[in-house]
Amino acid sequence: MGKKHIFDDPRNVKRLLKIFFSFVIILLILDVLYIFLSKAHVIHRHINYKWEEFFGFYAFFGFVACVILVLVSKYILRPLVKRREDYYDN
Amino acid sequence: MTTNILPAFIFMIGSLLIPFFRGRAKSIYMMAIPVAGFLNLLYLPTGDHYLVNFAGLELVLLHVDRLNLLFGYIYHIISLITVIYILNFKNNVEYVAGFMYAGAALGVVFAGDFFSFFVFWEMLTIGSVMLIWARKTKSAQAAGYRYLLVHVFGGLVLFSGIVLHFNQTGSLELVKISLSGISSYLIFLGIGINCAWPILHPWLTDAYPESTIGGTVFLSAFTTKTAVYALARFFPGTEILIWIGVGMAAFPIFYAVIENDLRRVLAYSLINQVGFMVVGIGIGTQLSINGACAHAFNDVLFKGLLFMSMGAVMYRTGKIKATDLGGLYKSMPWTTLFCCVGAASISAFPLFSGFVSKSMVMAAAAKGSYLPGQASYVIVWLILLFASAGVFHHAGIKIPFFAFFGHDAGHRVKEAPKNMLIAMGIAAFLCIFIGVYPKPLYSILPFPVDYHPYTISHVLSQTELLFFSALAFTLLLLAGIYPSEIRALNLDADWIYRKLGKQIYRTLDKGLNPLNSFCESIVRGVTTGLALFFRDAAAKLSLFVAVNFWLLAGYRDKRLEIKKNRLYNDISQGTLSIGIAAAVAVSFILLVLIIIYFKEA
Repeated sequence: MGKKHIFDDPRNVKRLLKIFFSFVIILLILDVLYIFLSKAHVIHRHINYKWEEFFGFYAFFGFVACVILVLVSKYILRPLVKRREDYYDN
Repeated sequence: MTTNILPAFIFMIGSLLIPFFRGRAKSIYMMAIPVAGFLNLLYLPTGDHYLVNFAGLELVLLHVDRLNLLFGYIYHIISLITVIYILNFKNNVEYVAGFMYAGAALGVVFAGDFFSFFVFWEMLTIGSVMLIWARKTKSAQAAGYRYLLVHVFGGLVLFSGIVLHFNQTGSLELVKISLSGISSYLIFLGIGINCAWPILHPWLTDAYPESTIGGTVFLSAFTTKTAVYALARFFPGTEILIWIGVGMAAFPIFYAVIENDLRRVLAYSLINQVGFMVVGIGIGTQLSINGACAHAFNDVLFKGLLFMSMGAVMYRTGKIKATDLGGLYKSMPWTTLFCCVGAASISAFPLFSGFVSKSMVMAAAAKGSYLPGQASYVIVWLILLFASAGVFHHAGIKIPFFAFFGHDAGHRVKEAPKNMLIAMGIAAFLCIFIGVYPKPLYSILPFPVDYHPYTISHVLSQTELLFFSALAFTLLLLAGIYPSEIRALNLDADWIYRKLGKQIYRTLDKGLNPLNSFCESIVRGVTTGLALFFRDAAAKLSLFVAVNFWLLAGYRDKRLEIKKNRLYNDISQGTLSIGIAAAVAVSFILLVLIIIYFKEA
């Protein structure tokens, strides 16, 4: 098929995943740093709720929310609502 | 310098002339309409104009203030972008209907009284249904009819509310309405149908993906946002809106995960985004209303951009189901890039437009939760956060991933046409511009803005939220748990009228129609029997009497037959000679007299 494209090479996909995973880890490190700095009153942290200060609250919430979203959609909603594509036609 | 031309009329009258232009002149003319409208808008003085007395009603055709100017600006911008996008379709129906529809939306937001508000509201339905029918497929036709029925019903609900409201107050002035009394609830519900509230929503997810490629871009901008405007105008601070909005933000994301048609995924995420706006209006503080309006402004752009990128994919490949797509980044790199900008904007990544508006609503909810009696706003905040993660999941990752990356479906097509790329480019530029430099947007919001999106905590927490959502997607995909796309249809609330309604109709048909025909046969039998009997009852009776006399008089055989026939015909046709008729009458009177005489005696 003519030209080779960037993600045709599995090594590039792996590289992308590596970059992504390292970003995720950097974010967690930044979170620790941020908690530390705001506790030491170096920078002000604006929060609405106490739990926002917990380590990795947003990370945890985002991850769990999406896992729940996918599991509920796949194992509860889909079996309930899935029909053949011509369901309404006859 | 000031002008006072009705914004709606520029679009509507302008649209009628489109079919008379040809070639390049047509393209230039069509792009000139929204530009001229925008210039007019810049010089419109605030206040009421065109006070008309119509059939004893005080009408205000043009009312201008900060709230509707904001919607006016974005409607003009998206009209220009969409027109550039559809220049290559050469379909006059789509052009005229598109401008009529956009004009109707402008008419609604700039209306200064309930009557003109309602007239333009109905025109919205007409313009939009034309855009659906313009696709000219059987399913589009059917979806268009369903769409029309729902909106005609919604229009009637709104209309009856307005009539009752006018009856009670004697005024058509557009005022804040508090939910009390039937008229306010009817207006509330009428607007709610256009706003796609849960259970009232399936007209949207049913019809939008069936429209033409350009039509869907038009549709995504106007109907729901006009309803959001109407809620902001009439029902700010109505608490039930918060919970309606939370429902809108939460339920569609589950559907979006399992939906196969990518434009339908976007339709679900449209409801999800409008949910944030409805929550903002329900909270009703200056911050939250600002947030709702800013998010409406941004949503028109990034949702338009996403629909445009999916339209471009559909235009080139002829496919829109996730099962038929994948790997298009190879042949449509620009479309891929623009789609990713739209995806980042709707997901509220820092430096993209959603980031500066969605969080205003959430901040308002968080602030509200500290007021006495509003502790439940914490739940609102948590669900909105869940919905933020969810929207990234389906609109931010799923759309680009399944269309442009994922497994290669083998489409080797050309990049989207130049005009489509330009339109997407403008929208993408605006999404980034507003994200990086939100000040111009903040300056046109209804209330003064004291909100700073770019704090360290906001940037860090939002990035964390999104990256870990992406992490969940990646891990679930690698583990094979992520639901594979399936060619299937997912039931939604439209099942009520598409299947249950049909079943009820059939049951009634099977049960009541036989009963009906049974009753009919009885009535028919009795009446035809009676009619047959009375047709010649007199003649038969006379024959019965006369034959005895004739037999006594010695008539037999043929002569008797002739006599019988003659008498039968004479009586049934009324051709008895006058003498006999008189004799019968006289003898009848005599008979009566004799009876009376004997009775007296």
